[in-house]
Amino acid sequence: MSFWYAIVDLLPFEWAQPGSMFFMKNALLAVLVISPLFGLLSTMVVESRMSFFSDALGHSAFTGIAIGALCGLADPMWSAVALSLAFALLFTYVRRNSGIASDTVIGVFSSTAVALGIFIATLDGGSFTKFNSLLIGDILSVEPGKIALLACILLAAAALWVCCFNQLMLSSVHPALANSRGIGVFWQEAVFSAAIAVVVTVSMTWVGLLVINSLLVLPGAAARNLARNMRQYNLLSVLGAIAAGIGGLMTSYYIGASAGASITLYLAGWFLVSFLLRKRRV
Amino acid sequence: MRVRKHEQSGPGCAGACCLRIEDLGVRLGGEEVLRHVSFHLHCGEIVALIGPNGAGKSSLFRTILGQTAHTGSIRFQRADGDKTRPLIGYVPQSPVFDRGDPVSVFDFFSAAISTWPVFLPTPAKLRGRVEGCLERVHADGLIDKRMGALSGGELQRVLLALALEPLPHILMLDEPLSGVDIDGEQQLLDMLDEIRMKYDLSILLSTHDFATLDQYADKVILLKNQVLRTGTPEEVLGSEEFRSVFHLDLGRGKRA
Repeated sequence: MSFWYAIVDLLPFEWAQPGSMFFMKNALLAVLVISPLFGLLSTMVVESRMSFFSDALGHSAFTGIAIGALCGLADPMWSAVALSLAFALLFTYVRRNSGIASDTVIGVFSSTAVALGIFIATLDGGSFTKFNSLLIGDILSVEPGKIALLACILLAAAALWVCCFNQLMLSSVHPALANSRGIGVFWQEAVFSAAIAVVVTVSMTWVGLLVINSLLVLPGAAARNLARNMRQYNLLSVLGAIAAGIGGLMTSYYIGASAGASITLYLAGWFLVSFLLRKRRV
Repeated sequence: MRVRKHEQSGPGCAGACCLRIEDLGVRLGGEEVLRHVSFHLHCGEIVALIGPNGAGKSSLFRTILGQTAHTGSIRFQRADGDKTRPLIGYVPQSPVFDRGDPVSVFDFFSAAISTWPVFLPTPAKLRGRVEGCLERVHADGLIDKRMGALSGGELQRVLLALALEPLPHILMLDEPLSGVDIDGEQQLLDMLDEIRMKYDLSILLSTHDFATLDQYADKVILLKNQVLRTGTPEEVLGSEEFRSVFHLDLGRGKRA
């Protein structure tokens, strides 16, 4: 971390003065790790029409935290990861094997998860307000240990992308075609939804449940407006996410608004710009 | 007009490679989609599968691909007597791409034939390989087009090129002529004929276009959950069963 602080200290911002404002420097590093992670996953979320699914995952992660808190776990994040993993796998199974439209399946799962979460959180007359911080998220509270965890997840996601992106893409375009070429479509989808589950759950504490889905949808949606092939698509998505991440964090520092919300607004602006550019080109 | 056909595709499988389907039955969600389906498919032969919607044509394809549980047997015998699983090239019913989908023909193709991640810069060798595959179906000019911007005929050709890489023993096309205009249709049929002669593989396709059957099909199978009639295009199109399934049956509800 001291290496990172030494680099940041070179920046000409008031919070970048040596020896102070460590929370801001941590947050900047966390943003630099989280935003490319979301930019990467975003292309595939949009491509395979899973944007509603990632929203539902956030809900189940919340339920997991409520359960963890009920059981008195020191860090309820792990119970949340476990629950949303189970949720993701079960969802993939039901979607593949039931023939029910996937938005319906998502709706069923999402509402069940959120109801269960509220039910558990308010059990014995408990108050819901202690969960409010989860809804909005606080990037400034991130600790170096958690940044390291996020960095590991980023590496794992990048490795997964290198191994599986081709198969994932083909599975999302045409499952039967992918299957005829020897791709295990179910496992591809399961691994992908599990990856989203882990990423959403782990970063929820800092980004906030209410806006986390926008981070998974907007970078890809905006890049899609401009890209003509997969290389441009992924590159634009990751760059857009990083730029919005840094911009959003700075804005929230100087104005004092929530970082997650600021980042999302930048992404929304980026989407609007890309949409207008697309209009002009066609 | 009648194009060249294989003469040695007689009964039995003597000497030639052959896909043998015997007494095939498939149930989906409690409903019997296929029952007692039996036929042989020889190499160099084009067999057309016709039948009304819901007759089980796509299910039959899925079953041959090994994606659906079934009763009865599907066996494949190569010309050299080897009985291992055949390589099947599958051209699905046109997948839907959005017009704005940032998937180029190259992306789609290389994702299917190589493990090099499509989001990384493209190695020249891989691009050359994809171009070579597309040339087989005279589609090499399409490599940088987006999948969503292709016409119906162009999309079918790209999918066909993909099904031919690696070169399969059996080529299966699920309604390749739907959504293709008249010029594209003729081009596609000529191409299938060329492929069948050049690579000596078996082709099984489903279609609703009866007018052109006579041009290319060696054998036509009329399917409605079971095989109602098998024979040359003239035999099947002139049969009582064909008229009953497609005309006289209208308004009378399901056939017993």
